[in-house]
Amino acid sequence: MGEVFVVTSGKGGVGKTTTTANIGTGLAKMGKRVVLMDTDIGLRNLDVVMGLENRIVYDIVDVASGQCKLKKALIKDKRFDNLYLLPAAQTKDKTAVTEEQIKEMCDSLKEEFDYVVIDCPAGIEQGFKNAVAGADWALVVTNPEVSSVRDADRIIGLLEASGLNEPKLLINRMRPNMVKQGDMLNIDDMLEILAIKLLGVVPEDDSIVISTNRGEPAVLDDSSQAGQAYRNITRRIMGEDVALMNFDVEEGFFSKLTKLFKKN
Amino acid sequence: MASAFQRLFGDKKNSKETAKERLQLVLIHDRASLSKGIVDDLKKDLIAVISKYMEFDEKNLEVQVEDKEDMAILEVNIPISQLKRSY
Repeated sequence: MGEVFVVTSGKGGVGKTTTTANIGTGLAKMGKRVVLMDTDIGLRNLDVVMGLENRIVYDIVDVASGQCKLKKALIKDKRFDNLYLLPAAQTKDKTAVTEEQIKEMCDSLKEEFDYVVIDCPAGIEQGFKNAVAGADWALVVTNPEVSSVRDADRIIGLLEASGLNEPKLLINRMRPNMVKQGDMLNIDDMLEILAIKLLGVVPEDDSIVISTNRGEPAVLDDSSQAGQAYRNITRRIMGEDVALMNFDVEEGFFSKLTKLFKKN
Repeated sequence: MASAFQRLFGDKKNSKETAKERLQLVLIHDRASLSKGIVDDLKKDLIAVISKYMEFDEKNLEVQVEDKEDMAILEVNIPISQLKRSY
């Protein structure tokens, strides 16, 4: 029996889809049988991030409406035989599926796969409720800035209200240089504010843009720092104890100088 | 001494400290906005407890959270019709 987790954030643009694609691909690379489920109906993107946009025939709404069997709608990944995508519909809206239908799909996928990773739409409306309906646990993605942390706090409250206790946190797009200068919230600040467990930290990394351009998740790129962070997160999800990455940065002349003065 | 240097270099408080303080404040208010379900449960419990000691019109019981500058205050208004006689 596999497990289902939802990747959510409240705010848009913090990296839910990128995270879903990378963790899912990471798990598949480790030999796990994985389905990625895109529940962002009307704004589907997981397909392009995975580079599978040309292979879509059926989507999640076709399954919900009974026009197509669940298995038939799954698209096999280009790289891994044990990785599949259930795409969102692009032309319908978020009310085209119900919480019960999603839950049913999750329950049935769980029987055959080790992991079902759900990409949640932004917002707190029906799309969010659908996405969390079948999940066993939730991964909250946030960036180190005020609006995204505020929305994460709201989402954590809503998750707990819907029975998903103890969500885990993924801090995305961290910029170690700015943290060092005191111009970006650090890991401890965010854990103190949100009071949930940390699953991992992914640094801001140009390789994410490049890999998304190509439809090749960065987790497969050995030279990518963000990819390494996602590989670590993948192993933590599988139950391994992996230390946080070290983001030490060279200190610049000016930051050394200010520090010197501050000590006095 | 340090402050003189800081003034010289135009050194203000770290922007992340400002972010953290602002967040903590805004979240106090966000978290204090009670959902209707919680308000209804609270009302029910309040009615059960208070009616042991006094008579009041249940329909006029008001529960709300008011935002003050750096805190949130739970306000409960209960117009009492009669205190119970103490024995």
